Amino acid sequence: MYSEKVMDHFTNPRNVGEIADASGVGTVGNAKCGDIMRIYLKIENGIIEDVKFKTFGCGAAIATSSMATEMVKGKSIEEAMQLTNKAVAEALDGLPPVKMHCSLLAEQALKEALEDYFTKNGLPLPEGFTKPDAEHEEAPEEL
Amino acid sequence: MERIYLDNAATTRVRPEAAEAALRAMTEIYGNASSVHAFGREAKKALEKARAQVAALIGAKKEEIYFTAGGSEADNWALKGAAHALCGKGRHIVTTAVEHHAVLHTCKALEKEGFEVTYLPVDEYGRVTAEQVEKALRPDTILVSVMAANNEVGTLEPIAEIGAVCRAHNVLFHTDAVQAVGHVALDVGAMPIDLLSLSGHKFYAPKGAGALYIRTGVRIQNLIEGGAQERGRRAGTENLPAIAAMGEAAACIAAEMEEENARLTRLRDKLISGLLSRIPETRLNGHPTQRLPGNVNVSIRYIEGEALLLSLDMAGIAASSGSACTSGSLDPSHVLLAMGLPHEIAHGSLRLTLGRETTEEEIDRVLEELPRIAQRLRAMSPLYDDSRR
Repeated sequence: MYSEKVMDHFTNPRNVGEIADASGVGTVGNAKCGDIMRIYLKIENGIIEDVKFKTFGCGAAIATSSMATEMVKGKSIEEAMQLTNKAVAEALDGLPPVKMHCSLLAEQALKEALEDYFTKNGLPLPEGFTKPDAEHEEAPEEL
Repeated sequence: MERIYLDNAATTRVRPEAAEAALRAMTEIYGNASSVHAFGREAKKALEKARAQVAALIGAKKEEIYFTAGGSEADNWALKGAAHALCGKGRHIVTTAVEHHAVLHTCKALEKEGFEVTYLPVDEYGRVTAEQVEKALRPDTILVSVMAANNEVGTLEPIAEIGAVCRAHNVLFHTDAVQAVGHVALDVGAMPIDLLSLSGHKFYAPKGAGALYIRTGVRIQNLIEGGAQERGRRAGTENLPAIAAMGEAAACIAAEMEEENARLTRLRDKLISGLLSRIPETRLNGHPTQRLPGNVNVSIRYIEGEALLLSLDMAGIAASSGSACTSGSLDPSHVLLAMGLPHEIAHGSLRLTLGRETTEEEIDRVLEELPRIAQRLRAMSPLYDDSRR
């Protein structure tokens, strides 16, 4: 049901943990639905120097968190803002249709963390900054 | 790595005696049981032998057993057949909130036809009482359907008492005994049960054969029309390989049930107490004693069930879960929710079901592996962090 890459990221998730003095933290999902993701960002000079995550959820939720953190680590804020759930799912060699919801959560958690960073630093939200609403959106049919 | 199969409530490994009977029915006794010739007569003889074996397992008379393609067909037939036969008398049915979908979805289908269904709530262990059933009865109640044992949490329902209430009020009583037959002693001769569903692959026979017990004198409508098989009540050429195997499996399990249940109960309780003591904030789902000998169902807080199953699978251990992620819907198990579990705890449920080949060494290995897996997943869980703050 899952690709080898999903299983790899589930078994050996990258960047699990917390950042004590995080520049931004984003938490999305709820326990009722069975998945919660929390992403911590350490941003210096507009670069994501470090990123960590904690996830309560299924295999896909853990794997998409892991992949999303790997894809933005060392990237600029502008680059990280461009990350889409589709790109995360593609990097994992695809997800079952019912699990696309998880990749949307990963994108949302990252963007919540970025928004938290902007807010904390009194920065205006950059033009074109949007967040998906994973909690109320139906999972897309196909990748 | 030796694999460990702890999903015997989903299905079981066919036992050698049953496999041999199936092979023989495919390669030697391959006639159509309805045929006049010797090949047909041999098949008919094997069919009737299996009927007697299945009847003996539940204390029925041979002619009260009607073979079906499985448990779901038997449930569909019992409910639809009774509803359609008795709709002139009334259109009200009583069942429980924790039935298998084969019963619940059949009730939903009957509601669309204009039948009214009362879904009784259950207590924290998943039990209904005979008093609850009695209170729900109305003058137009035609059928009560309560499962003998729950497939998810293993809780045994008081079907003898419920049957007695139904008998006193002259209402038909059906029990979905798919999980119970072969695993707890049932005697329809002594118990007031009118209709009972069973399935062979839950007691070491192949998939594809089950039966509906219909008490002598009880009339229900046919579900499948066609030829005159099963004395005109269930058409279709009998699946003799699966049926003959089910007969052998029934005979075997009847002979060993008492001893095997004592063995399984001991292993079950060892697994339950081991998990509860080794993994903090874990709860047992279902009744502590009134439960199937092979059923263990626990919720491990702060962990989601599918992640648990994947981790166990990688350690060679096969189990199942009531998590939404394993059911293909957004809601976790209807059984756990009906028992009053909060969603987040229902998502972390894990079912381990033991069988005749389960060994003490296997239970010990699960008790080694599972705490390690739970610890790893909790280390990743923001819920666990939050609970520590």
